[in-house]
Amino acid sequence: MKLTCKEASRLVSQGLDRRLGPWEWLRLRLHLAICDACAAFTKQMEFLRRAIRRLP
Amino acid sequence: MKSFAARVEEERPYLIRYASLQLRDRHAAEDCVQETLVAALAGEASFGGRSNLRTWLTGILKHKIVDAIRRMARDPEPVPDVAELEALFDETGHWREAPDAWPDNSLEQKQFFSVLEECLARLPAKTAQAFMMREHMGYETDEICKELAVTPTHCWVLLYRARMALKECLQTNWFQK
Ligand SMILES: [Zn+2]
Repeated sequence: MKLTCKEASRLVSQGLDRRLGPWEWLRLRLHLAICDACAAFTKQMEFLRRAIRRLP
Repeated sequence: MKSFAARVEEERPYLIRYASLQLRDRHAAEDCVQETLVAALAGEASFGGRSNLRTWLTGILKHKIVDAIRRMARDPEPVPDVAELEALFDETGHWREAPDAWPDNSLEQKQFFSVLEECLARLPAKTAQAFMMREHMGYETDEICKELAVTPTHCWVLLYRARMALKECLQTNWFQK
């Protein structure tokens, strides 16, 4: 039942738009704990959000 | 002392740029700004110099943009191109190129924001509208779905696609140079 990076990236994005279900949230947390690439991707998405809010 | 009308007119280029980013259609953007300026001149009394003129005009413009998006949503959207997105992952769902850390100090650089704007301009129209409504105007997803006349699932796909495309564009055109 492990997530792939592709599935994880989709949940990271959706997590910015809706509240994830407890099961989705848990699976994503578990994936992010062991996957540096997806952890970095999550930070990139947060960065992107901050950047767009600062767009002049 | 400049007249109110002259001060309002001075904001036109800024407003057109703002509307173009969200609507992705120069004519629609110009129309929205025109309506905004007319409404602003008619509503000078309600401005009353109490806030920043640009902020006040942008507030009016946002409503005009949402109206325009609502009108444009009636046009059918071309079939989404997911091929580009698929290319980011291999057959087993792993990143082909693992994302890495982006330095925060880019946000202090003016040049970064022009690259970001260029990347936004490359998004397909509906994708860009959904993304800007979400991230720039701060709408909730259900409101965006309603305005764009798409299902919530389609909406999340649009937002996901926008983020992935912007990530790729910024990676190539800013973080890698
Ligand atoms: Zn991963």
